[in-house]
Amino acid sequence: MGAGHAHRLYRSGNSPVHRLPPHCKLAAVFAFVVVVVSTPREAVWAFGGYAVLLAGVAATARIPAGFVLRRLLIEIPFVAFAVLMPFVAEGERTEVLGLSLSVSGLWGAWNVLAKGTLGVAASVLLAGTTELRELLLGLQRLRLPAQLVQIASFMIRYGDVITDEMRRMSIARRSRGFEARGVRHWGVLAKTAGALFIRSYERGERVHLAMVSRGYTGTMPVIDDVTASRAQWAHAAALPAAALAVCLIGRTL
Amino acid sequence: MTSTPPPSLDVTGLAFAYPDGHQALFGVDLTVGRGERVALLGPNGAGKTTLVLHLNGILGGGVGTVRVAGLPVDKRNVAEIRRKVGIVFQDPDDQLFMPTVREDVAFGPAAAGLRGAELDERVRTALDRVGMAGFADRPPHHLSFGQRRRVAVATVLAMEPEILVLDEPSSNLDPASRRELADILRSLDVTVLMVTHDLPYALELCPRSVVLSEGVIAADGPTRDLLCDEELMRAHRLELPFGFDPRTVPAI
Ligand SMILES: Nc1ncnc2c1ncn2[C@@H]1O[C@H](COP(=O)(O)OP(=O)(O)O)[C@@H](O)[C@H]1O
Ligand SMILES: [Mg+2]
Repeated sequence: MGAGHAHRLYRSGNSPVHRLPPHCKLAAVFAFVVVVVSTPREAVWAFGGYAVLLAGVAATARIPAGFVLRRLLIEIPFVAFAVLMPFVAEGERTEVLGLSLSVSGLWGAWNVLAKGTLGVAASVLLAGTTELRELLLGLQRLRLPAQLVQIASFMIRYGDVITDEMRRMSIARRSRGFEARGVRHWGVLAKTAGALFIRSYERGERVHLAMVSRGYTGTMPVIDDVTASRAQWAHAAALPAAALAVCLIGRTL
Repeated sequence: MTSTPPPSLDVTGLAFAYPDGHQALFGVDLTVGRGERVALLGPNGAGKTTLVLHLNGILGGGVGTVRVAGLPVDKRNVAEIRRKVGIVFQDPDDQLFMPTVREDVAFGPAAAGLRGAELDERVRTALDRVGMAGFADRPPHHLSFGQRRRVAVATVLAMEPEILVLDEPSSNLDPASRRELADILRSLDVTVLMVTHDLPYALELCPRSVVLSEGVIAADGPTRDLLCDEELMRAHRLELPFGFDPRTVPAI
């Protein structure tokens, strides 16, 4: 795969997890998340089991704990929401350190925190071991609507081109003595955004012309067909299968 | 008749008006023989791009005919025409729309149904011909402008076209990239139609030139003869760069 589009979540490496075909990993993470979400919140120790499973995956992928923990920070808005729940929820109340908290609120908070953290951690591991380009191939392979995958790959390809155009326009603005300060200048910024939109739109038309000229008829030709062997599927299935086992044991106990 | 191949390009009586009523072409006649390199010269707004977009059937519906290697350009055989006519557009960022160089070069042949080892081989050969084989896995936006232009040429060569059409190939190139591209174009054994304002470049690469002006072919002849005809050049707003004398440039 191309060395180019290393996104910030990606950590290059050559572990068994990195080498798995992208669509196997996507399917495995999806199945894992389904199992986690459907686990009853009272099965507290099952969530511990899931965390251990993810730690095992991280170790196999040789991704350090710090890397995962730092990327878990995007979860913070949900944490804030969860912290509020015991205070605002209705129903039976209990005393913790002199505070009166709602019992159902506490369970709700735990539910959001545990499931959210596990889901985000699994996604961080997926992103950490799979390049963006590969993810798109995987999504294509899993029969995600082709249009969505195409839009996403054009966003990767033209993101830098458009950022560059934006930067040039900003330099041109500032060279003529304009600094955006306060509400009075929003009009100018809005006009820049409009110009940027028109330029992007025109580029889209020209790109479409170039695609049609090379035989594009509405579907992207298959260039890299990602395939997975039975063994690779089996390896990828290890995570959700183990999670399912933990879940079933948790329910019966 | 059977012994000589049909010309790569044969345009007869081509006239075209845009939907807004603006007439851009008024009866263009142009024949480009197989293996020829021809420069299409003309001032801004002469109708050069309009003509180019007729060659692979993007524009059509006017009067006249376009034939590529004997095959008429029309709705029924548009797929085959687009394989035969390779257009390199002016801005390589428009042409290179895939995430990596390799995938971009593979796009045309893959759209035509090529797969697997055959496809890889096509991509490798095309990149080799423009000296970019070492850049297959790079994203296009990490390349210099000159490299992007060369990859753009490779994306079209990979389709093994009957005729290569280049829109302003030397624009925005520094002198070294300009020369590299010239070397590449000269090394190809394919019919070339090169749209340009760059008169020295036309003289360097194309033994024959045609002047398109106000929607008709106003002149057709050896490039040096046209460039030396000062009256013709002035009449069609074609100016030689300061100090450039086509008489003193050695023949190609
Ligand atoms: N989409 C369009 N609609 C209407 N008129 C157009 C369009 N594109 C080009 N033209 C007009 O057709 C003429 C020829 O344009 P073009 O073929 O782009 O010229 P050139 O490439 O030689 O500079 C110009 O007068 C131009 O304004
Ligand atoms: Mg033009």
